Amino acid sequence: MTDFQPKARARTALTLSALLSLALLGLAAAAQATGVGDFVVDSSPAAKLDNCVEPTEYMRRYHYELIRHQRDTTVYGGIRSTKHSLEGCVECHVGYGAEHKPIAVNAEHQFCNACHSYAAVTLNCFDCHATVPEGEAWNQVTAANREQLLPGVHPQPRAAGVAASPEPTAAPESREQ
Amino acid sequence: MSRQVDQVNQERRRFIGAAAGAVAGAAGGTGVVVAALSSGVPGDVQAAPRTDPVSDRHRWGMLIDTAKCAEGCTACVDACDQENGLNLQSEPLGDDEAKWQNQRATWIRKVKVQDNTSGVVTNLPLMCQHCEHPPCVNVCPTGASFKRADGIVMVDRHICIGCRYCMMACPYKARSFIHEQVEQKLTRAPRGKGCVESCNLCAHRLDGGETSTACAEACAGEGHHAILFGDLRDPSGPLRQAMAAQPSRMIREDLELNTGVRYAGL
Repeated sequence: MTDFQPKARARTALTLSALLSLALLGLAAAAQATGVGDFVVDSSPAAKLDNCVEPTEYMRRYHYELIRHQRDTTVYGGIRSTKHSLEGCVECHVGYGAEHKPIAVNAEHQFCNACHSYAAVTLNCFDCHATVPEGEAWNQVTAANREQLLPGVHPQPRAAGVAASPEPTAAPESREQ
Repeated sequence: MSRQVDQVNQERRRFIGAAAGAVAGAAGGTGVVVAALSSGVPGDVQAAPRTDPVSDRHRWGMLIDTAKCAEGCTACVDACDQENGLNLQSEPLGDDEAKWQNQRATWIRKVKVQDNTSGVVTNLPLMCQHCEHPPCVNVCPTGASFKRADGIVMVDRHICIGCRYCMMACPYKARSFIHEQVEQKLTRAPRGKGCVESCNLCAHRLDGGETSTACAEACAGEGHHAILFGDLRDPSGPLRQAMAAQPSRMIREDLELNTGVRYAGL
């Protein structure tokens, strides 16, 4: 009986360590799981919304399809008003740091990079496109903001211009052509 | 005989264009198909912002009165730089200043022309002339250089490979190549290393329902009113009215490109 004891002790230690490592693995998985669902940056306007332009699950899987489709519509058709624009993504998902300064949407731990570095998928949208909302033309967010500022006024398409239009009446007139 | 050689052979151009288009289409040119579909779509109402694809019911163009273009004034160039984020380009470290000025992207530039016999000096702004038969589109091997249904000649930088054939083909030296990664970009004007770009008649403004360009606005703001922007398809519009009131011509009209930008007093 006495010669059996060391063996039993060894077995207990093995079981314990196995259990411990399993628990650790479980913890790590849990952390990963919360991470996957938690990529919306807290300081971004998106954090205040219930869902994205499409259901979240759909966006996770197909956002690139949507962006690419919108890309051709915009370049060839000149349509910038639909809800699947990259400009809209950046506007809504950009995080804000100290002094309300926007942080590049593709920076480390920010909205795009958080998932893309985890999945090891390189994205090159931002080789050319702006990473913070600056000098935007028209998008849903700016239009909605304008609507809130001036209720009842039809949102003007351009947000940031160089010089204000000399005659505000000129644009509607010419639009009727 | 020599006269025949000098004449522009539109038939030949069409044939080569069609052949190039077929090649681009075979190479997976979705752009060609989309561009073809977007033309002639009815119901193109000018409302802000647009929800229908651009159509050939409009053809955007300009009339530039060189008599009103002041010497030394760069209002249009500065406005274009600001509007399209061209002022955000930075000179590469250790680069020669003259070389940089030559290579930095410029969408519009001031040109001074002097008649050697009479000594008359003419100032004019020169940008992409938005030709009806654009040579840059003819030569593009990927279909990236294209003419939008409303006559704006643009580059789809998603499929531009940066070969710069279009820059060689353009008789107006209107296109620029981005040599270096640009750190700061405007949302309305994406810009990336390895692509060609040029004036797009402030397409983001037009798509948003405005009928103006940054250069025309700045010129009017300075009180010169040398640049008039408008719709070439609208006979009662301000552009066609102004074109009817005074003689105007195209630069290099011997090439018969039917440019969208016309010059008066040249």
